[in-house]
Amino acid sequence: MQSVTSARASLGQRSERAHWRQSIRVQRMITTILSYFFLTAGSIIFLIPLIWMISTSLRPEREVYKYPPKILPDYFLWKNYIKGWNILPFTTFLKNTLIITLSNVTGNLISCSLVAFGFARLRARGSNVLFMLLLSTMMLPYEVTMIPQFILFTQILKWGNTFRPLILPAWLGWNFGIFLLRQFFMTIPFELDDAAKIDGASTFRMYWQIMLPLSKPALATIAIFAFMGNWNNFLAPLIYLRDMSKYTLALGLRMFQGQYAVHNQHYLMAVSVATLLPILIMFFLAQKQFVQGIALTGIKG
Amino acid sequence: MSVSAIREAWQESTKRQRRGKLALREELQFYLFISPWLVGFILFTAGPILASLVLSMTDWSVLKKPDFVGLANYVTMFTSDPYFFKVLGNTIYYAGLSVPLGIVLAFMISVLLNQKLVGITLFRTFFYLPSLVTGVAVAVLWAWLLNPQFGLINHGLRLLGIEGPEWLYNTKTAMPAMIVMSLWGIGGTMLTYLAGLQGIPEHLYEAAEIDGAGAVSKFFNVTIPLMTPVIFFNLIVAIIGSFQTFTQFYVMTNGGPANATLVYVLYLYRNAFEYFKMGYASALAWVLFFLILALTVVQFYLAPRWVYYEGDLARR
Repeated sequence: MQSVTSARASLGQRSERAHWRQSIRVQRMITTILSYFFLTAGSIIFLIPLIWMISTSLRPEREVYKYPPKILPDYFLWKNYIKGWNILPFTTFLKNTLIITLSNVTGNLISCSLVAFGFARLRARGSNVLFMLLLSTMMLPYEVTMIPQFILFTQILKWGNTFRPLILPAWLGWNFGIFLLRQFFMTIPFELDDAAKIDGASTFRMYWQIMLPLSKPALATIAIFAFMGNWNNFLAPLIYLRDMSKYTLALGLRMFQGQYAVHNQHYLMAVSVATLLPILIMFFLAQKQFVQGIALTGIKG
Repeated sequence: MSVSAIREAWQESTKRQRRGKLALREELQFYLFISPWLVGFILFTAGPILASLVLSMTDWSVLKKPDFVGLANYVTMFTSDPYFFKVLGNTIYYAGLSVPLGIVLAFMISVLLNQKLVGITLFRTFFYLPSLVTGVAVAVLWAWLLNPQFGLINHGLRLLGIEGPEWLYNTKTAMPAMIVMSLWGIGGTMLTYLAGLQGIPEHLYEAAEIDGAGAVSKFFNVTIPLMTPVIFFNLIVAIIGSFQTFTQFYVMTNGGPANATLVYVLYLYRNAFEYFKMGYASALAWVLFFLILALTVVQFYLAPRWVYYEGDLARR
C-alpha cells in the first residue's frame, strides 16, 4: 500500500521534473534565437555605415548620386583611391602624420616608462605628493592649458607652423601612460630588484634589462593608444599648422570635405577609408592588446 | 664592556649614515627618472594653469598688450554674452542625451555579447569596429550618411515612404543627428562592460539559482549591482568627454544652423583662434573646468547611493 503511493508520488515527481527540464530547454532555445536575432540586427545597423563608406568609395560618380541606390556598386572602381588621393597632396599629409605619430609613440614609450619606473620602484620624499599631482592632471581638460601653451609655442618660442609644439610634449610624459605603466610595474615582484642589486646592477640596468622586457604587454597597449590618439588628433594640429605643406591627414581630410566634397563624395570616402587603414590593420594584428588595453584603462582611442 | 658598546654604537651610526647616503642616492635617482614628466608638468601644465588664470582676467587679442580687467570676463559671460547660455544649453542637450543613451545601449549590447554562443567573437568585432572610425573620418562619413538628398539615412526613410528631414541643415534635427552619430561609436564603452561582465564570478549566479532566482531576477540582483562600479566609471568618463566634444561639430556643422550645434569647446575655439579673444577664451576654459569638476564631484557624492563595491563592509 505504502509502496504504491510512494511509487505514484515518485512517478509524479519524475514527470514534473521532466516537464520542468523541458520548459528550461525551450526557454533556453528561445533566448538563443532572440539573442541571434538582436545580434544580427544590431550588427547590420552598426556595420551599414562602414559598408556604405567603402561602397561609396568604389562607385563611379553617376552611381554616387543616384536613386534608388544599390548597396553594392555594379563594379569596383579602385581608381577612385588614386584619384582622390591626388586631388590634394595626401602623400605629404601622410608623411607629416607619420613623422608626428611615430615620433610621439617613441617619445611616449621612453618618457612614460622612465617616469613610471621612478614612481613604482624608487623611494623618495615627496613621491606620493607628486604622484597625486600626476593623477590630478588627468582630470584637467586640454582646453585650460591650450591657450597659454599656444602663446608659449607661437609667441615666445616662435614655433608656429612647425611640428615642434605637436612633438615636444610627448617626450615629456603622458599622464595616462605613466599611470598605466606604473600600475603594471607594481605587479612585478620586488625580489627581482633585490637580486639585481646583489648582482651589482645599476638602477638604469634594472629599468632597461628587467622592467622593460617584462612589461611588453603594457608597453604595447600604450603604443597602440598613443598611435591612435596622435593619428586622429585634430585640435592641436588645427591650431599650430598653417601651411598646407605641413598638414596632417586629419587636417587634409577636413580641407577636402570643406572645399571639394559637393561632387566628390566617392573620392572623399576613398581618402577616408585610406586614412583609416593603418588603424584597422593595427586592430586586426593586435586585437588582444587592444581589447585588454581598453578593458584595463577605459581609454577608447 | 664599555668599549664594545662604543664600537657597536659607532658601527650602528656608520651603517645609518651609509643607509642615509643610499637613500639620498635613491632619492636623486627618483628625481632623475621622473624629470621628463616634472619638466613637462611645470612647462605645459602648472605654468599654463597659472598663466591661464591670469589671462582669464585680461582683455587680450595677442597683437595688443593685455589689459587687466579683473573678473570682467566672467561677469560678461554670465550677464551680457548673447551666446554663452545658448552654448551651455546646447552642450547640456548633447551630453544629457548622448551620455545616458550611450551608457544604456552599450550595456544592453554587452549583455547580449556576453553569452556563450557560436560566432560571438565575430559579433563582438562587428559592434566594436565602428568605434575605430574617429576624428575627422567619422565626421566626414556621417555628413555623407545624413545628406538630405543622397544620404543613406534618407534613402532608407524613402523606402518606408517617409521624406526624411534635412538633418544637419535643420535647427531641430541637427543636434539629434549628432547624438545618434555618437551612439555609433560606443564600442569602447561596450568593451569595458564586457570585461566587467566576464569578471562576475559564476558562483554568485549559482547561489542565486539555488535561491530560486530566474533570469530576470539574476539580471537585476546580481548582474546590475556588480556592474555598478563599471557603469559609474563609464558615466564619469563619458560626461567629461561629452563636454569636451569638438572635432565632429567643427567639421560637420561648425555650430550651425543658427548656432543650434554651437557647443562649448567650439565656442571657446572661436573666441581664442578666430576672434583672438585670448583672455575671454581662457575664462571660458576655467568655467568649463569647474563645470566638469562639479559634475564629477556630484557623481562621487551620489555614488555611495547606487554604486556597489564588493568587500565594502561599511555598507552592511
